[in-house]
Amino acid sequence: MAPEAVLETVGLGVRYGETRVIEDISLTIPKRRVVAFIGPSGCGKSTLLRCFNRMNDLVPTARVTGQVLFRGRDLYAPGVDPADVRRAIGMVFQKPNPFPKSIFENIAFGLRINGFQDDIGDRVEASLRAAALWDEVSHRLDADALGLSAGQQQRLCIARALAVEPEVLLMDEPASALDPIATGRIEDLIGELRGDYTIVIVTHNMQQAARISDDTAFLYMGELVEYKETQRLFTNPEDERTEAYITGRRG
Amino acid sequence: MRKSEPGSASRVGERLIGALLFTSGALSIVATVGIVVVLLTESLGFFAEVSPVEFLAGTRWSPDLVPRSFGILPLVNGTLLVAAGSALIALPVGLATAIYLSEFASIRTKRTVKPALEILAGIPTVVYGYFAVTLVTPVLRTLFPEVGVFSAASAAIVVGIMILPMVSSLSEDALSAVPGSLREAAYGVGATRFEVATRIVVPAGLPGIAASFILAISRAIAETIVVTLAAGATPGMTLDLLRSIQTMTAYIVQVSLGDAPSGSIEYRTLFAVGLLLFLITLALNLLSQRMTTRFRESFR
Repeated sequence: MAPEAVLETVGLGVRYGETRVIEDISLTIPKRRVVAFIGPSGCGKSTLLRCFNRMNDLVPTARVTGQVLFRGRDLYAPGVDPADVRRAIGMVFQKPNPFPKSIFENIAFGLRINGFQDDIGDRVEASLRAAALWDEVSHRLDADALGLSAGQQQRLCIARALAVEPEVLLMDEPASALDPIATGRIEDLIGELRGDYTIVIVTHNMQQAARISDDTAFLYMGELVEYKETQRLFTNPEDERTEAYITGRRG
Repeated sequence: MRKSEPGSASRVGERLIGALLFTSGALSIVATVGIVVVLLTESLGFFAEVSPVEFLAGTRWSPDLVPRSFGILPLVNGTLLVAAGSALIALPVGLATAIYLSEFASIRTKRTVKPALEILAGIPTVVYGYFAVTLVTPVLRTLFPEVGVFSAASAAIVVGIMILPMVSSLSEDALSAVPGSLREAAYGVGATRFEVATRIVVPAGLPGIAASFILAISRAIAETIVVTLAAGATPGMTLDLLRSIQTMTAYIVQVSLGDAPSGSIEYRTLFAVGLLLFLITLALNLLSQRMTTRFRESFR
């Protein structure tokens, strides 16, 4: 039986002004799987990711065509509030971007704007635990988040995303600004979150995709070239372009 | 072909240019130092006759009428009253404009409005003074019959309008300098545009906003022509905006225009008042500068 699809794109295209970034992409993201998007710089993998939580709305020149279905509902249908979309589909960014506030407030922010009131302290703790950061910061929740190391900041950003209980977690090269040890901790964390969340991760690091994802999609020049189980994609690529990329001959 | 070695002639030329540039730079420093020296020496003459305590703590300013009295507080009161009144208008409206321009306006609107604001900031202040006398004061007098020809309110309103572009433009710079990644982070957890603006961008830009506020207040305190034309020459310890007051700057104008003989005590009050004014605006500008530097550091 095919796993339930959480996200599905149908003929999805994005243009920035006159520039076509991705075109005619149709794929499904199965529930509670870790899906990696790989491909060379500029292939459109981040743009595709940002369609899932309507982050492209923030770019004034961006035009999205086609459909993105979240549990069968079109995220781009009129009347859909992008803020609701982003609460249900959280995001972690390339560079750690904690708010210039305390560790506690970084996580409480999302809770407050989404109407949580009673147990904010408990939820902050739960989120920090889920992001494997609690033991390092429990004694200094009031400290400035900018005083944390880059790796800690990124786990804080993951905790912040988890706090509002999203169903899907989008990660846009979450470890690209981190050193190998911090990267390893993020990868371990993704391993722990697998099974509880649907995770879509963009990475330029093929080994990372191979290590952490269940399925991998290879994008090239705005086009979805190949998308299948990670192991099969890496051991038995069908398309010549995929093979060239994963063997390091192109990209 | 080898590039020719710099000859001695061009070396001399370069040195000459260096010296010229240094002189221009030095000139402004020398001028500033000169002004401070004159302010200090002439003020010393004043303080030889009037105790600093009487000057700073006295509540009656009457340098020309016997019994003379040199308490500067009424002038400080007038200055602060106008500055506070203008801040009441310029700070909220200016900040709101900045938030709108930075977070809500389309790029096209911003490209039109921002330069317009900066042009507004370049209007000669005497035009604002005229605007106070011919428009704002008559309107005030219609609304409040007790208002006379001069009122603190008229000056405060017009100074407020005058410093408004400065507040909005500088605050907008501060908000625009807040990294886009913070906005994305806030949107990413489901914040609306309004929540992003008020809960993330404004707090993050606060030091820069505060710096713009201080700079604007400093300008309101130093403003001369509008307060001279609109607020009158009645030093007093009042907080009533509808009455005439006198600011420190307006007093300086009054005495400068009059015929106080050089070396007289009345003449020397000019420098004492000027020195205090200078110290107040200097302190405010330094404070603003410090906040701006701190702001830049926090986003490095």
